[in-house]
Amino acid sequence: MIRTLPLWTLFITLMLTGCAGNEESWHAKDISGLMPDLEFQLRGTDGRTVRASDSAGTIRLLYFGFTSCPDVCPTTLTDLRRSVSQLPEEYQNDVTTLFVSVDPRRDVPERLASYVHFFGDHVVGLTAEETVLRTLTKRYRTTFGYDEPDASGNYNVSHSSAVYVFDRNGHARLLLRPDLSPEQVSEDLAQLARESD
Amino acid sequence: MPVSSYLLPYDFSPLTLLSYMLVLGFYGVALLKMPEQDRPGSGRIITFTLGVMLCYAVMQTRFDYYSQYMFFVHRGQHLILHHLGPILIALSNPLPVMQFWYRKTSSSVRYWLQPLGWIYRILQQPVIASVLFVGLIYFWLWPPIHFDAMLSRRLYWIMNWSMLLDGLLFWWLIFDTRSPAVTNALGYGKRILLLALVAIPQMILGAWIVFSRGMVYDVYEVCGRAWPMPPETDQLLGGLLTWIPPAMMSIIGILIVLRRAMHEDGKFSKSRSLAGGNA
Repeated sequence: MIRTLPLWTLFITLMLTGCAGNEESWHAKDISGLMPDLEFQLRGTDGRTVRASDSAGTIRLLYFGFTSCPDVCPTTLTDLRRSVSQLPEEYQNDVTTLFVSVDPRRDVPERLASYVHFFGDHVVGLTAEETVLRTLTKRYRTTFGYDEPDASGNYNVSHSSAVYVFDRNGHARLLLRPDLSPEQVSEDLAQLARESD
Repeated sequence: MPVSSYLLPYDFSPLTLLSYMLVLGFYGVALLKMPEQDRPGSGRIITFTLGVMLCYAVMQTRFDYYSQYMFFVHRGQHLILHHLGPILIALSNPLPVMQFWYRKTSSSVRYWLQPLGWIYRILQQPVIASVLFVGLIYFWLWPPIHFDAMLSRRLYWIMNWSMLLDGLLFWWLIFDTRSPAVTNALGYGKRILLLALVAIPQMILGAWIVFSRGMVYDVYEVCGRAWPMPPETDQLLGGLLTWIPPAMMSIIGILIVLRRAMHEDGKFSKSRSLAGGNA
């Protein structure tokens, strides 16, 4: 018994990381228990405050990006749209995509509204002041940064390339890495939708 | 950004702040109250404070932000928590300070602290200590574990604290100032052997990271980097920091232990020849 004492730290950490997802298998990275529940208070495209509770009961896909994003954001949003459209009919309205712009200076409400509209009905465009965004990204252990603007004032924004998936109760469940295919994402979302149906 | 924001913690941990304040507080009070002949000189006090403050700086300033979002800064953070900081603290020999506080504690407190002593003695078995030292590095750098540790705030703190505590234990064992000739401290030959043995797996791991073609640690890619840097460069620098400085520190450690051994060797032969002269 005493001999095992030095391994306690290792053992406890293994338990913490290894306890989730013993029976379920996902294509995406299982992040159950690693991250706090979904909680935010951001500005919607109509200028009103949007909270996590507004979309409670649906599966939430949280993604940080910006509308001037040249390739990563449109690709991700298009793939998400395809994944959702491949879901069984009864679950298609059960998924809400939350697109949080980390570039509030350029992404004014009108611009954000027309951008998210392009990617489907269940995409919500959100943003806030930089300090609010910093707190939210820190909560989900990601960050963003701005490049120096070029001669015409355009600048690049570095941001997370992953999509955070929260279940109907707002618990963090999956992390979609960019290398997943829309089919794999769709299978995971269907599995998630079924379990709390 | 104002200068103050570089000095303030990115992720404030009251427990961490309290621990560092207690350590410095206990050290300071002991310095003031302990008898003159036991008190460490200014060089040792500076070394101790520097070691403690280095560890604090990488845990509770803006440095921590960069450690979370850049792989190579993270490796630098662990280099300080697991090597440099504990090395400075162990070299400053705070043993008199600990003895001072030990004498102050009542026998009932000592009774309750006994289990800690048992754990300590087990952890300081040379084989366990070195396996733990290398094992922790491998454990936290094992890609799936590393991914989780960077995503979970709780695991991140467990990781950093376990590295710091293990670093203190290991380097304390290596730089124990008590002479193995007259106490039960680990022999100098064994200390040198341990230092050489722990260097090898660290070099292998570092070299493996450096020469990996693909991305080994994609969590920094997924969660966004603190500033735009090609992922390969980040991984290369991180691998080099895992590879070279720890190996160098092992060599410096060996030289320090060798110097002590030779110093003592001289002392003993001198006393022996004196004894011979008297006979």
